[in-house]
Amino acid sequence: MTTIRSSASEMAAALASGETTSVELTEAHYAQIEKVDAQVHAFLYLDKEGALAQAADVDAKRKSGAELSPLAGIPLALKDVLTQKGIPTTCGSKMLEGWRPPYDSTVVSKLKAAGIVILGKTNMDEFAMGSSTENSAYGVTHNPWDLTRIPGGSGGGSSAALAAFEAPLAIGTDTGGSIRQPAAVTGTVGVKPTYGGVSRYGLIAFSSSLDQAGPCARTVLDAALLHEVIAGHDERDSTSINAPVPHVVKAAKKLDVKGMKIGVVKELQGEGFQSGVLSKFHEGLEELVAAGAELVEVSCPTFDYALAAYYLIAPSECSSNLARFDSMRYGIRVGDDGNRSAEEVMKLTRHEGFGPEVKRRIILGTYALSSGYYDAYYGSAQKVRTLLMRDFNAAFAQADVLVSPTAPTTAFKIGANDNDPLAMYLNDIATIPVNMAGIGGMSLPCGLAEEDGLPVGFQIMSPAMRDDLMYQVGGTLEAALLSKWGGPLLDKAPVLAGN
Amino acid sequence: MSLNYDQAVEKYEPTLGLEVHVELNTKSKMFCSCSTEFGGAPNTQTCPVCLGMPGALPVVNGKAIESTILIGLALNCSIAPFSRFARKNYFYPDMPKNFQTSQYDEPICVNGYLDVEIETDEGVKPFRVEIERVHMEEDTGKSLHVGGATGRIHGADYSLLDYNRAGIPLVEIVTKIVGGTGKYAPQVARAYVTELRDILRSLGVSDVKMEQGSMRCDVNLSLAPIGSGELGTRSETKNVNSLRSVERAVIGEVVRQSNRLEAGERIVQETRHFQEESGQTRSGRSKEQAEDYRYFPEPDLVPVVPDSAWIEELRATLPEKPSTRRARLQEEWSVPAKEMTSLVNAGLLDVVEETITIGADPTRARSWWLGEVSRLANEREVDPTTLITPAQVAEVISLIASGDLTDKLARQVVEGVIAGEGTPAEVISKRGLKVVSDDGALMAAIEAAIASQPDTAERVRGGNIPAAGALIGAVMKATGGQADAAKVRELLLKHLGQGE
Repeated sequence: MTTIRSSASEMAAALASGETTSVELTEAHYAQIEKVDAQVHAFLYLDKEGALAQAADVDAKRKSGAELSPLAGIPLALKDVLTQKGIPTTCGSKMLEGWRPPYDSTVVSKLKAAGIVILGKTNMDEFAMGSSTENSAYGVTHNPWDLTRIPGGSGGGSSAALAAFEAPLAIGTDTGGSIRQPAAVTGTVGVKPTYGGVSRYGLIAFSSSLDQAGPCARTVLDAALLHEVIAGHDERDSTSINAPVPHVVKAAKKLDVKGMKIGVVKELQGEGFQSGVLSKFHEGLEELVAAGAELVEVSCPTFDYALAAYYLIAPSECSSNLARFDSMRYGIRVGDDGNRSAEEVMKLTRHEGFGPEVKRRIILGTYALSSGYYDAYYGSAQKVRTLLMRDFNAAFAQADVLVSPTAPTTAFKIGANDNDPLAMYLNDIATIPVNMAGIGGMSLPCGLAEEDGLPVGFQIMSPAMRDDLMYQVGGTLEAALLSKWGGPLLDKAPVLAGN
Repeated sequence: MSLNYDQAVEKYEPTLGLEVHVELNTKSKMFCSCSTEFGGAPNTQTCPVCLGMPGALPVVNGKAIESTILIGLALNCSIAPFSRFARKNYFYPDMPKNFQTSQYDEPICVNGYLDVEIETDEGVKPFRVEIERVHMEEDTGKSLHVGGATGRIHGADYSLLDYNRAGIPLVEIVTKIVGGTGKYAPQVARAYVTELRDILRSLGVSDVKMEQGSMRCDVNLSLAPIGSGELGTRSETKNVNSLRSVERAVIGEVVRQSNRLEAGERIVQETRHFQEESGQTRSGRSKEQAEDYRYFPEPDLVPVVPDSAWIEELRATLPEKPSTRRARLQEEWSVPAKEMTSLVNAGLLDVVEETITIGADPTRARSWWLGEVSRLANEREVDPTTLITPAQVAEVISLIASGDLTDKLARQVVEGVIAGEGTPAEVISKRGLKVVSDDGALMAAIEAAIASQPDTAERVRGGNIPAAGALIGAVMKATGGQADAAKVRELLLKHLGQGE
């Protein structure tokens, strides 16, 4: 019997067999949202009308015997950083309050074409800057495992929606870990594809050379199915890769890692990592060894500089990307009383429209790019990036995939890092190198930390364009862990009371 | 006592630098598929990309890259095997993204030159202008500042923004420092911009209309005492919208700067605006504090890596150099250098060549285009080539040669064609413009003229040939100008016993 706790693949099978309809599924998810979202606050906007129309359309097509894509009729939660024509898109910022984009992002076009039902837009740190969703201008999202804790960020809304069974699939974006870290702390699966694997057209840019949209789900196979829907070359994005999409669904179903070499990154398991995180990570490694993989320790010494370099490159690009928010063409406008100059109105609008973390990064990036500092900051950071890629290349010469804990800690308490941006930035220490090198990364749950009973994420990194390898290893590890646990990790999460 | 130009260049050596912006004539914009057509209703040629909507991404127009490479090749530049776009960051309401996608330290074409000829006291001399770089960028939108006295943003009541121009491909051509011109700096500047315009036109990559802004020139100029070997502080003059203005702007700046220096004042590094009416420049934005554009490589675009075989293919398509072509035509038509220059400056070389190719006499073809057609075009403030076709001009010239039209009648035919009355043949038939060549009709008019001016006729009979003019005039008047004056003269003199 299919329920909202089923996986997307199970729901797809139920739709195909006629056990349920897309309209029923969609309504069931809206019922759950109504029941729990006042506590979780995963969603910023619900498009019930549009979603039910899409669901009815898919049902009608199915009835008529039309050929449908595997995920047709399955509901999905969309991170509010991707444009959807006519649907409010805020990026979690006051700046874009009320803006309805006149066009669909390529990801949304592909979702619609595949018959996927977009339930609504999910909460996020403003302009994807943050690791906790606390930087949203529209309130924090709560972790379904413990409502006093953060759901990760920036895509906390998407992951929380999955963990609270408000949607079986979600889309996230990952600039320094914004898909993987929320997946880790909510006990769900999140994948950052190889840079250029998924079109960025319509993804509101934080840091163009690092941003990448990807699938979020509760199982590795579901993520793979969604991955194949959204990936592929797009002539509207010059940086999208013009090559066939790796066969990630096939890889996720392989359930075999015999003879594969798993590189354990030495630099990503020491100081600063919570003991419960490390012990669950090691249990995951043991499962892989038991499945026939071989562990090799690899060293990536420049990883120590990754965070510092990231916090120069990302703010630099963001300072330029966010310059367009000037009140002239869209978004809010503050102080336009007919007497103030355009420049004054721009200033007032940016002062009110942007939150403190966004301002901090714009200032940081403006400084790093300014004449006289460029070489020392942006220039050096780019060099670190090159060195990081060399480290990865050397490591991938020794191993098929690399692994590490996804985040150094489990979900922290809301407000715990309010006054310490650096501590907040450290959450992404293990995820950032992947973005800097443009390779693929996945997080999947590997257990609950002994000390706090909260989910721990296991990160798998694969070489550029070989996203299939992380799905192969992830699928195998997931199967082993499920049989060990006797069911999904999310079964152990507290059941949220209804309103 | 203030210095005039001649006095200024006796004391000071000018150094030039010229930056020319050219709008390419591609059908679509630099980074999106919006139309580049001029004159559309405001904001009708826009899309999420050129409006800088959140999430939209640029994609490079391949045709624009091709045009830029052609320009580089025609200017003897090296084409970079790897070049990148960069973001030039600054805030302005007509710039949708608040950064301009341009090229910075990795331009597509570098190190070229352009040879020009200038008239000197010792005759025509060649001069080489070295090119530093040719790079691609996008144009901004247009602001219309309403209210206020100056038409500028400060003091305006409100401003209107039109983003149709935003994203139109621009190519910027920057010279190296142009020194050693001495007093010929104005001529060198004008000759360079003229030659550049002709090359761009021959390549077919731009409309190169300075008045419409599809070609814009910034003139950098500094002065140093002759023989000092120094470089002075430069000013950058914008708004130089014609070839004549290029020359005048240089003269104006030489005079202004020399007088400041004479007065012991320093030259401020600044942007200045050329004033068409006075020929002088007005102070604009100070550049004493270098603007920080925070350039960095555009992460939304991949590097431009043109294939060397493709570059060679493009090189093979380069048309005959305008200077070579001019020399060839000048010889073929045996035209004086000065008249050739007039034709070139008027942009009439192509139509004159075409008119001659159809069969018209070179001298007549030139004089019709430069004379009557240009005059009528000036009256209407349009480009002469839009008024009448080379075939029509050739037809008129052939009718004159066959004696079917007099010059005077031909002018009426041309006027009729331009007024939209049809082809030359149609105008002739509608207006009844035929040469009166019937001797009988002419003789009747001649006799009538003699009868009305018997004294004049008597003087002609007595050998005073010039007196015949009054009689010929009367005949021409009587025939409504449709008689051939030479024929009238011949018949009249014969009738009065003065013919041979």
